[in-house]
Amino acid sequence: MARNERDAATAAPDAFSGGNKRDTPPFEVTAKVALADNQLRRNLGKATQAIRDKREAAAGEMPDWEELREAGSAIKTRVMRHLDEYLVQLEDSVRRAGGTVHWARDAEEANGIVAGIARENIGEEGTREVVKVKSIATDEIKLNEHLEKEGIHAAETDLAELIIQLAGEGSSHILVPAIHKNRAEIRELFMRELGLGDLSDEPEVLAEAARIYLRRKFLSAKVGVSGANFAVAETGTVCVVESEGNGRMCTTLPDTLVTVMGIEKIIPEWRDFEVFMQTLPRSSTAERMNPYTSFWTGVSEDDGPREFHLVLLDNGRTEVLADEIGRQSLNCIRCSACLNSCPVYDRVGGHAYNSVYPGPIGAILTPQLAGIGSSPGADSLPYASSLCGACYEVCPVKINIPEVLIHLRGKVVRNKQDNGGAKAKLDPENVAMQTLAKTFSDPRLYEASQRAALVGQWPLARSGAIHSLPGRLAGWTSARDLAPVPEQSFRRWWREERGGAER
Amino acid sequence: MNAREEILSRIRRATDDVPQGERPGDVAVERGYRHADGSSREEIISRFAETVAEYRATVHRVDGDELPEAIAEALARRGVQRLAVPADLPSDWLPDGIEALRDAADSPLSKESLDGSDGVLTGCALGIAQTGTIVLDAGALQGRRVLTLLPDYHLCVVRGDQVHGLVPEAITALGEVVRDTGRAVTFISGPSATSDIELERVEGVHGPRTLEVLIAG
Repeated sequence: MARNERDAATAAPDAFSGGNKRDTPPFEVTAKVALADNQLRRNLGKATQAIRDKREAAAGEMPDWEELREAGSAIKTRVMRHLDEYLVQLEDSVRRAGGTVHWARDAEEANGIVAGIARENIGEEGTREVVKVKSIATDEIKLNEHLEKEGIHAAETDLAELIIQLAGEGSSHILVPAIHKNRAEIRELFMRELGLGDLSDEPEVLAEAARIYLRRKFLSAKVGVSGANFAVAETGTVCVVESEGNGRMCTTLPDTLVTVMGIEKIIPEWRDFEVFMQTLPRSSTAERMNPYTSFWTGVSEDDGPREFHLVLLDNGRTEVLADEIGRQSLNCIRCSACLNSCPVYDRVGGHAYNSVYPGPIGAILTPQLAGIGSSPGADSLPYASSLCGACYEVCPVKINIPEVLIHLRGKVVRNKQDNGGAKAKLDPENVAMQTLAKTFSDPRLYEASQRAALVGQWPLARSGAIHSLPGRLAGWTSARDLAPVPEQSFRRWWREERGGAER
Repeated sequence: MNAREEILSRIRRATDDVPQGERPGDVAVERGYRHADGSSREEIISRFAETVAEYRATVHRVDGDELPEAIAEALARRGVQRLAVPADLPSDWLPDGIEALRDAADSPLSKESLDGSDGVLTGCALGIAQTGTIVLDAGALQGRRVLTLLPDYHLCVVRGDQVHGLVPEAITALGEVVRDTGRAVTFISGPSATSDIELERVEGVHGPRTLEVLIAG
């Protein structure tokens, strides 16, 4: 891709872009583009199939898997119902352990806090750069772009994040942001962007190239920026789960560490790790345990950063909390099992969701965090599902994603009716639904419409099935047949057979 | 209203469906999962050896009194000359002819000298058989976190009696360190790895690319 095209790709609005997020396109439009990309479907299908089978085995090995899911769900439910108390407790614990706690109502406030800490600690000499561990919360608030404007480069250090940062693209998967790229594409990118000369496309060789490139940055970085998988209210311990060791580098080597964490990532007690350290690795990379997990409690003398800042981010989370059905979306521990199990994600990939949260969890989190009615993109996501339920089956904290999807579809429709004005009232879908509602609630109208349909369908019904509908309805029959209205309705049959017996 | 007060009041409004008198502990959490592994010590240690090896780490079981010899052999196989060690490492663990870089509190090793070393030798806080995990907590024989991070080779000694069966047992054992000392805890399961390219696992990205484990006794 040429540089100007890449810039354009970066500039395309997503559900969390500031002023221009209104222009985020709906799922069905971007999905069509993704579906036409055969390479993408091959890359993605191969990867998700492999991880699905592995996850099945990793969970299957555990005789108490269901009990762990239950406990994880209950712990998170407890947290959400008493989030204010737990946050105050966490703040107190982190302070006692020598850390500083900041509160951010929205993206702008969080970015300002991080930029301020970075400016102060980065020093005037040398590179104006911070090293970053993969963090979706910072992707959500567009921290890198904000720091860039302040003249500070945020160097992504997770291999996949590095790949997409070099390519100027957005993430397409919660766990493996560059899942849409194959080794040949990555080789070409590294050769062009890292200036490392000729490389083979062996994953070992590409990983080694990243190691050499990033080692210098780790050794000289003054400020590290991370997200958090969990933070313990009781002890103030923050946890980052990872594989490569870049997380350990960023949270150990710099003098100053800033962690940006969504307020929902809190867990009550240290003890709760006995649940999540079992369910998260198996659900996410399908391993018994991920290679590295770092737990730190404030600052330790002579070991690791001298300064630790924790930024507690709201940015729409309290809106999600206010919805009693939608609230469970905040239980998410970002394992990505729902993406890997989703037949829709499997075909369209992550970019079609126009959000840093793709897949089934993204389809419920994005519209709630960004707000129903905030963009055509966000409003389209509750429909980006066949409601097959595979995501609910695999979720390690038992989020009932289909239930939330249906609930949100209702909210999208009501929002359109309430705020869309006359245009929304005359929208063909709305008119059709209103008419249907009237027809179904009136037996006389219902029967009359059945008779009308029987007469009206004759040019369409062939050999017991309708193969194609006209006009706007053609989409329904493009991939399936429609059963025609039968010659005789049940109601008529009943009247003719049993009518005499009725009093 | 400042950000803190505003977020807290938003949360209180958002959860006004929660009854006033409800305490966090009133929300039931059933912990019906396994809490202890009933297997024999020998079974637990063998399982640990197996699960660690499945991450493509090298594992050896040695008798306690053979440990110095096993360490010397491992370092010789690897060709280690300059070895980073925590200050409290017993001197009989250090074979002759190896340059030991001791990381003491009053003279800490620089990042550069750690980066330039051939490897690091440590003990650990505990092991977890269920998952093949080694846990470091900056306690005895372990030193600072950076020690086991920058060198490309980590030789780790785990005593048989340090191996726990299940994850919950290990979390319980670590609770005291976290609550009382606030020291950092690191879980290590095999060498550094990535699955970022076509979800194919590759050993060794930023952390030590080779992990060798000696289970003693």
